[in-house]
Amino acid sequence: MTEQTLTNVRLIDPEAGTDRIGTLTIRDGQIASVAVGSAAAAGAVDCRGKCLAPGIVDIGVKVCEPGERHKESFRSAGRAAAAGGVTTMVTRADTLPAIDTPESLEFVTRRALEDSPVRIAPLAALTKGRQGREMVEIGFLQDAGAVAFSDGDTVTTDTKVLSRALTYARSLDALVIAHPQEPGLSGGAAVTSGKFASLKGLPAVSPMAERMGLDRDIALVEMTGVKYHADQITTRRALPALERAKNNGFDVTAGTSIHHLTLNLLDVGEYRTFFKIKPPLRSESDRLAVVEAVGSGLIDTISSMHTPQDEESKRLPFEEAASGAVALETLLPAAMRLYHAELLTLPQLFRAMALNPARRLGLPGGRLSPGAPADLVLFDPDAPFILDRFKLRSKSKNTPFDGQRMEGKVLATWVGGTLVHGTPG
Amino acid sequence: MTFRGRHLLGIEPLHPIEIATILDLADTYVDLNRGAVKHSDTLAGLTQINMFFENSTRTQASFELAGKRLGADVMNMAMQASSIKKGETLIDTALTLNAMHPDLLVVRHPHSGAVDLLSQKVNCAVLNAGDGRHEHPTQALLDALTIQRAKGRLNRLNIAICGDIAHSRVARSNILLLGKMENRVRLVGPPTLIPSGAADWGVEVYGDMAEGLEGCDVVMMLRLQKERMDGGFIPSEREYYHRFGLDAEKLAHAKKDAIVMHPGPMNRGVEIDGTIADDINRSVIQEQVEMGVAVRMAAMDLLARNLREARGDDSV
Repeated sequence: MTEQTLTNVRLIDPEAGTDRIGTLTIRDGQIASVAVGSAAAAGAVDCRGKCLAPGIVDIGVKVCEPGERHKESFRSAGRAAAAGGVTTMVTRADTLPAIDTPESLEFVTRRALEDSPVRIAPLAALTKGRQGREMVEIGFLQDAGAVAFSDGDTVTTDTKVLSRALTYARSLDALVIAHPQEPGLSGGAAVTSGKFASLKGLPAVSPMAERMGLDRDIALVEMTGVKYHADQITTRRALPALERAKNNGFDVTAGTSIHHLTLNLLDVGEYRTFFKIKPPLRSESDRLAVVEAVGSGLIDTISSMHTPQDEESKRLPFEEAASGAVALETLLPAAMRLYHAELLTLPQLFRAMALNPARRLGLPGGRLSPGAPADLVLFDPDAPFILDRFKLRSKSKNTPFDGQRMEGKVLATWVGGTLVHGTPG
Repeated sequence: MTFRGRHLLGIEPLHPIEIATILDLADTYVDLNRGAVKHSDTLAGLTQINMFFENSTRTQASFELAGKRLGADVMNMAMQASSIKKGETLIDTALTLNAMHPDLLVVRHPHSGAVDLLSQKVNCAVLNAGDGRHEHPTQALLDALTIQRAKGRLNRLNIAICGDIAHSRVARSNILLLGKMENRVRLVGPPTLIPSGAADWGVEVYGDMAEGLEGCDVVMMLRLQKERMDGGFIPSEREYYHRFGLDAEKLAHAKKDAIVMHPGPMNRGVEIDGTIADDINRSVIQEQVEMGVAVRMAAMDLLARNLREARGDDSV
């Protein structure tokens, strides 16, 4: 079987929290050995100045198959993921139709196997058709490979239905991923409320709606004992509630999106619909508080919330335009902004992008230690470029980073020891 | 004369000198409109299309009359009845119209930012006749002209804008314009109708009419936009009228010579008492309508000049 050795590379080990020069050897699809210190070895690739980290495990990627393959397919999303250093796409269930039966989940798994160069770990819906009325066949879907259950950004408003689904999920030790939001407040909103929204005359939601949603969900966690992950925590005021839940010993984790960590509500500017995401971009003080929470570990995971939208869905007045942004390929370069701004270290970033998501979903990746699968990303954190959205591999080009200066390029990506993007040399 | 814009999309991008330029020119059109021959050929040969994606009688009539008095060929399109019903997108509609070579496009749309989006796709001058809750620049300009003519100046005035600020594009444009011209602006209304973040706009916010109107030179009432409300902003119209409707008692807190304005159409007995609205010594509501035509003539005249200059056509 093939063997590859990378020497003099900066090893970003999120488990140990270290960023050290060393050598890593890949053999038989696994990480065979890791050694600290510079060395020269015959046949090894010298990766001086570059970083090697566990491949990104991205919770909440929308692939648009089935239903909207013109926006994104497993082939295009898989290639974008490989080019972005994402080695596991945790795919969302909010497709058309929703992934709510073992049969539709099987379709996803099969399509991914046929066309995607990176791994997928599928989510299944929590309720049938994501309608919030009846729970899905959680047991069957688990057997079919669902790693967690989520209705995406649809909030189950019927608390009785939700409490039953959570109770049932608890009995199967299933993880539930929810979108904390009070829909009574956020309905119809396009931006976060405040001076900017009022001046632009856009329908807006108070950031407090997130905290209300989270408070309700945490009460349900306390009631049912379910394993719970909040998909995106994006506001300062939701953080104390999250912290209390964790301190009380509930099995609660939380994620956030790369866009909420790197952009704020003013970026919408003159009604730029590529900046319309869900939940909407927040204030700068919210952004900084959330970055800090990632640093402290209060927020566990960072994801791309990759949501492809075609041009027609975005070339509309802001209120009517669809939400979401593609981000598989821009996740790592955007994350490097936080590193270069000295807000987060590389081990902290990869703890949130690789180690924590893998652990939470019970996947073997996310680590840089012998025996772990060789799902790896080699990147140059300093390489500058200007992003051209038409060069993205995603079928949809709706990135808010178009035309922006970025630093950080993915040079090579391995999945199970196989090179799926770039070259290490 | 200084007016650089290719479009008139809002008050926000305008410089005070540009505002003054429009108002000065509008003043001359007031005289024209009051004369025996209400016509000039300033826009002769140009095509003006009024595209209203939202119902309007007054504003559309005002723009139509303004264009006709300046000699433009004017066409009205009631958009809510046509292509959008058939699923055409705003941009496709814009491109279709653009192919007909209009010179001036007057657009009203129910969504904030929609007129801006449309202006990016056409070759002609675009006038915003109101977009969602964002801006209504010609309304603010006509209000400014009315104030300037009634008060003899457009600076250092205390101006209270009262009522449904949250749903009002008129309020946003007026706040911007009056602020740029160095007036003190107060917002008065129930907290549910004051937009969040309003206190950061450089205005004073009041929840009580008597306090808010104290010593004011201008009292600008806004229409309670019942059609934009999805319920629960105010407990009832009678309580609203009692606390925030303009009557003689509340108006007594303003200066003796304070003028009363309203962009229309009025809800008599909701935000304003009928006798105040009809009081020729206080109310300038009819003047506002008159100034509307003049201001729209001035705005279209200036945009047409810039358009001709950009096209290298100095024949007129």
